[in-house]
Parts: sequence; structure tokens; C-alpha cells
Amino acid sequence: MPLYFNEDQAMLADTVTGFIAGEGAIKPQLRRLRDGNDTRGYDPALWKQFAEMGLTGILVSEADGGLGLGHVEAGIVLREIGRNLTPSPFLSTAVVGATALGHASEDLKGRYLPGVVAGESVLALALDEGAKHRPERIALKAERAGNGFRLSGRKDFVIHGATADALIVAGRTAGSDSDAEGITLFAVPKDAAGIGHNAVRLVDSSIASHVTFDRVEVDGGAVIGEVDGGRAVLDKALAAGRIGSAAELTGVGGGAFAMTTAYLKTRKQFGKLIGEFQALQHRAAHLYSELEIAEAAVIKAQQLLDAGSSRADLMVSVAKAKASRATNLAVREGVQMHGGVGMTDEFDIGLYMKRDRALAEFLGDANYHADRVATLSGY
Amino acid sequence: MTDLEAFRADIRAWLDANCPPEMRRPIEDEDDICWGGRAFAFKSEAQKIWLERCVAHGYTVPDWPKAYGGAGMDPAQAKIWREEMARIGARPPLSSFGIWMLGPALLKFGTEEQKVHYLNQIARGEIRWCQGYSEPGSGSDLVSLQTFGEDKGDHWIVNGQKIWTSYADKADWIFCLVRTDKANKYQGISFLLFDMTTPGVSTRPIKLISGASPFCETFFDNVVVPKAQIVGELNRGWDVAKYLLGHEREMISGAGGSERLNAIGAVVQRNGGIDNPVLRAELAQFDVDALAFAAMGEKFLDEIKVGKAHPAQPNMMKYSGTELNKQRHELLMAAGGSTALEWESAETRGGTPARSWLRTKANSIEGGTSEVMLNVIAKRILDLPGA
Ligand SMILES: Cc1cc2nc3c(=O)[nH]c(=O)nc-3n(C[C@H](O)[C@H](O)[C@H](O)COP(=O)(O)OP(=O)(O)OC[C@H]3O[C@@H](n4cnc5c(N)ncnc54)[C@H](O)[C@@H]3O)c2cc1C
Repeated sequence: MPLYFNEDQAMLADTVTGFIAGEGAIKPQLRRLRDGNDTRGYDPALWKQFAEMGLTGILVSEADGGLGLGHVEAGIVLREIGRNLTPSPFLSTAVVGATALGHASEDLKGRYLPGVVAGESVLALALDEGAKHRPERIALKAERAGNGFRLSGRKDFVIHGATADALIVAGRTAGSDSDAEGITLFAVPKDAAGIGHNAVRLVDSSIASHVTFDRVEVDGGAVIGEVDGGRAVLDKALAAGRIGSAAELTGVGGGAFAMTTAYLKTRKQFGKLIGEFQALQHRAAHLYSELEIAEAAVIKAQQLLDAGSSRADLMVSVAKAKASRATNLAVREGVQMHGGVGMTDEFDIGLYMKRDRALAEFLGDANYHADRVATLSGY
Repeated sequence: MTDLEAFRADIRAWLDANCPPEMRRPIEDEDDICWGGRAFAFKSEAQKIWLERCVAHGYTVPDWPKAYGGAGMDPAQAKIWREEMARIGARPPLSSFGIWMLGPALLKFGTEEQKVHYLNQIARGEIRWCQGYSEPGSGSDLVSLQTFGEDKGDHWIVNGQKIWTSYADKADWIFCLVRTDKANKYQGISFLLFDMTTPGVSTRPIKLISGASPFCETFFDNVVVPKAQIVGELNRGWDVAKYLLGHEREMISGAGGSERLNAIGAVVQRNGGIDNPVLRAELAQFDVDALAFAAMGEKFLDEIKVGKAHPAQPNMMKYSGTELNKQRHELLMAAGGSTALEWESAETRGGTPARSWLRTKANSIEGGTSEVMLNVIAKRILDLPGA
């Protein structure tokens, strides 16, 4: 399969680009929500529009009321979300949550997926425990209680946690904290007794929760996949979320780069456009190359995932690591090449820098994924 | 089974039956490469058979038309050919400047007669070509070249000097940039082809830091070149030259599937281990870059074959691919320790690690330097002012 969009994908990209550049732009969304002290983390009206365009169901199977498309298509949406810094529950809900629930019982799917597809529900992944992504280690305890389970422990960096209709929670049902197996995934409804949220605003104005679970009771029907065998589903949801965040990062990098090259063509110093200085030209050209390579890695990983290839896992980590590094370079160079105005809140370039920082951290940063590439390669 | 699946099955079966086992081992030395040409001495019977079998089916240049010695494969088929070759680790049956550089230029700018004649020779490995572009005073600023062709009616008399002419002493013919109008800088250059045995052509090898002498100074002293041996129009050779450079840069980038695309951490681990966490981290970072660039290579080839890539994209590929390759060999030297320093020992097959490491330093110079690549990206792709 060639590494470019087929006709349907190109059409989707056209539609999505126009839609998000209009409705999801920085001024009507990110800045409006941030300056209005929004506590929800996204605009429900825009989320509804995503649903009307069918975007919420991209990764939901047709049998479950979605479009049954793949990661390439989800990536098309995420790239534009990234380019416009649109606050959206798309990644946590329509990508990570929908992928996990795709492996759930009919009953659970029926409970949550229609709301996701309709743009009325939001899902959040409650996985990390601590400041760094370490999914190998799960300590949150899930003990059997009656016909269900009782959850105790804490989760951090739960994006959209406080407003989500359900949390996808990884709990320990067997073995010790660092065992690969013995994990169970649960869909925990928002109103379950014993859940505590400490919602915090992050550097990019998104909102994440520290969630505490104080003997939270869920029934057996809340289990996604197998008891003690949650790792298999978790890995699929992680792969979807990682390649999704990599795709969103390429959009962030591309957006920052476009702003920066535009500035190089308008700002004058020493009687010249600053884009005439070779020192800046070379850095811009290098950055262009890195962003192109990151995009190639992302689409390759998306295609491998969609094809169910055994190489997908490795390539997902390559893509997340490469996209993180390339986009990080884009925002750092972006701020530097803007000079003083790059440091002002009025200019958008700083918003890109903030978003990059938060996205890079989501589901494993560049170091985490480079390490994983080494491990998967056998060294 | 779709047509492409059937095609893949056919190619796979043909390769299984026809690619000799010896030709499925990695290339280790320069003389493992089959360059073809009048004077080429095959290293082994297997190398010769592999070439002959591929020539018979047009597989030395699979995506060239059949009339010119190719197999007429479309982009999807050519990709399958590359994938199936890579799957068994098959060596290219033939490598040459004719395939990588002159061939594409002739396909675009040559007359029908030139195509039939020269392309078939290239496809069969009969004529080995060298590239006469650089001159002592004209490197990055190539368009300032001075080698002059004086119009003598039905021929030119060429005088001047080229430098860094790779394999000039082994090549049969040269494609050469010659000034045919001193008053016009860009539109005063012609793209000429001539035989290296023509009276007045001489070469002098130059020794590299790697110890090898793969390139030469090349001198032209009243060399007669018939008028039929021009590619493209008189004084419009710069267009041909630039087009050819795109293909040269694509080749040097390694995008076509070479060792440069491979990750190296696992290899280092197998050959002696990684005993240092900082080295492991550097290898991991490198492997991320290498695997991402491999995807870029695939994407670039897919796109360029159907006209989706930016025409200046080979410059970006060359820049990134060659910088990556230099880094690869820095890491291999660091991992190899004192063994990798040995210059002549049997264990290092005559100093292969050190010589290869030094050779890669040329990657970001030959075919246009990294700085020039960045200039071109800035100007043609990013459209930056005054570049
Ligand atoms: C192994 C090898 C094989 C080669 N094979 C061939 C061959 O077969 N045929 C052939 O014709 N040539 C060949 N070359 C020559 C090659 O194309 C030239 O070396 C190359 O174009 C650079 O020219 P130069 O060596 O004169 O360096 P210069 O142009 O003198 O460059 C010196 C330094 O200045 C920098 N520089 C120059 N101009 C600029 C600018 N505008 N902006 C920023 N920096 C600049 C360069 O990047 C470089 O770092 C080969 C070279 C090598 C190393």
C-alpha cells in the first residue's frame, strides 16, 4: 500500500481541514475557553458538530453504529486538531476510549458507544499513577466484592477525567504491582460512589484530574475484556492513543512551522526580511526535513496498525518518539525566530509550545518510546 | 488473488529460483558491487549469472520501458520488486551511474535514438558511465564551470579540467557539462556524452582519507565530440544537469532501500554487546531516526513515482539521509572501540569499519553539500526570500 492518502482519505482530509480550521480555530475555541475560565476542557457544541460530521465514530465499528474506519482516518482529524490547538475530547474518547470499548461486552458497548458516536458522551483513560507514564506498573487495587469489584488507589494525568461519563480504569486484580499480567480494565461510571476528582489546569489550558478511588464498587459487567487479562485490550487502546497523539503532534508542529515561516517572510531587520538570513534559512530547512520524516513515520505506523501487522508496535513507538522530537524542535525554533513577540501571550506561537509539551507527555514521551524501541529491538 | 498479489507471487517464485545464494549475502566490500562496463571483472560466477538472468528479464532497471531494456513495471509493481528483493536480502544485480543518473535524464531529455542506444547499453551493464560536473573552481557554485566546447560545425573541440570524477579511470563513457556559450551563465552550458577513450582524455586518481582512490582529476585536451552526442538542446544543458542531480540526490539519500535505512542497536548488541547505558540511549535515538527515515524513504518513492512529491524533495532526502548515515558510522565506531580502529587486520577485513566511517564523510559533500541542500530547501520548498 502506498504511503499516501487514498481517494476517500484525501476527501476526508479536505472536509476535516476546512471544518476544524473554521470552527475549531484558536480564537473561537482555545482562547475563548481559556480566557473564559472554562472548567470543562472542551466546547460541547463543537463536540456535537464532530458527531454530526461522523467524526466521533471513525474508530467505532459499523455494527456499533460508527464508520468502522482506521487509524489513518482518525489521524487526519487529530492532525487538524493539532494544527488548530482545538480543545477536544476526540483523542481520549473517540480514539482511546472507543478502541478499549470496542473489545467490551455488548452490554457495555451499548451503554457508552451510542453516546460517543452522538457526541454526547466523553470517556477518559485513567492509567498513569505518578508523574511519568509507566503502564508496566499498575498498583490501583481491584478486589473481588460480591459479583463485582472494589477499586482503591489513585490515578494521575486523567485528561477530561472530571467531565467524563466513564473512566477507563486499569486496576490490579492479581500478581504484584509490576507484573505484566493480572491487570483488569473497567469502565467506571462517573457517578460511582467513592470517586474523588482533583481537577487541575495544565500548562496548555487543558484540564486533567488526579482521581482517587476510595473503595469504589463496580459490578462484574463493568469489566472490559478478560479479568486479569486486561493488558491485551489496554495495549490496543495504548497503541491507538500513542499513534493518535503522534498524529496530533505533527499537526502542532506543522502549525507552528507555518506560523514561523510566515513570520520569516514578513519581519524586517537590518533592512532585510529575516528570512533572507542564511542562519535562519538553514534551521528552517532542517526543521522542515524533520517534520516531513515525522509525518512519514506516523502514516507508516497508522497503516501497519490498520493492517494488523506485527511490526506496528515498534513503528508506533518510532512515530511517537520522532513526532515528539520534531515538534519540540518546531516550537522551540518557532519561539526563538519570533524574537520578543514570541514570548507574548498575544502571539499564538507560545500556545503551540505549551500544547507540544503536554501532548509529548501523553502516553509516553520521546525518551519512553526510544527506550521501548530499543527493548522491542532486543537490546 | 488480485493482480498485484499474483504479480508478487510470480516475482517471489522467480527470485527463489534465480537469485544465487551468494547474491543474498550483504555487500561487504566495494568489489561485491557489480558495476558492469567493458573492463569489468566479475568477482564470482554467481555475480555474473545473477546479472545475466536479470538482464534477460529487464530486472536491472525494472521500471524502465521494455524497449529500453527494462521490465516496464508500474510504480506499484516496482515497489513489490523492491520489497521482494529486500525480503531475501538480494543484492542489486547491477549498480551504476547509468542507472541512477544518466538513465532518468535520457528518459526525460533524450531523443528516441539516444534512448534506444544508450539505455539498452546501461540496462545490460555494457557501458560504465562517469559524471563530469565539478571543476577545481566550480564545486557548490557549479554553474561557474569553465570547461569549454568550441563549435567546429559537426563537432565540438572540448578543453578543460574536471575534478572529483568518481571512477573516471574505470568508466567507458562520461556525461559532461561543457560551456558552449561564454556570454551566458545558466544558458551557456551543454550536456555532452563522450567515450573516455577519445584522444585527449586523461585521468589521474586522487587518494581519499579512507585510503581508496575512487575518484580522479580528468583532463580534456582538444577532445572531439560529435554534435549528435548532446542531450537536450544546445546551451540548455543546465536543465538536464539539474534534473539529473535530483536523481543523484535521491540515490545518495539511500531512500531506495539500502543499509542506511536499517536500525543498528540490535546489530551492535549481537556483535559484542552494549555495556554502557549512554551508548544504548544514543543507539535508541538513532534507531528512532533511522526507522522514521526508512518510512520517509518509502513515502518519498511512492509519492515521486506518481508526481505527488515536491520536485525539490530529493534535496531534503539527501540532506537527512546522508547526515543520518554519518551518525550511523560514528556510533558504529564508538561501539566498536579499539577493534574498529584497526586499519589492515584480517579481523576487520582490512579496516572496513574505519574506512567505511571515513567514506561516509563524503556523503554530505558529494552530489551537493548539506549546506547547499539546505539552501535549496529554503528557496524552492519553503520559498524563503532572497535565498
Ligand atoms: C566522494 C566524492 C565523489 C564525488 N564524485 C563526483 C563525481 O563523480 N563527479 C563530479 O562532478 N563531482 C563529484 N564530486 C564533487 C562534489 O560534487 C563536490 O565536492 C561538491 O559539489 C562540493 O564542491 P567543493 O568540493 O568544491 O566544495 P565547496 O563548494 O568549495 O564548499 C566548501 C564548503 O563551503 C560550503 N558552501 C559553499 N557554498 C555555500 C553556500 N552558498 N552557502 C553555504 N555554504 C556553502 C560547502 O557546503 C562546504 O561546506 C564528488 C565528491 C566527493 C567527496
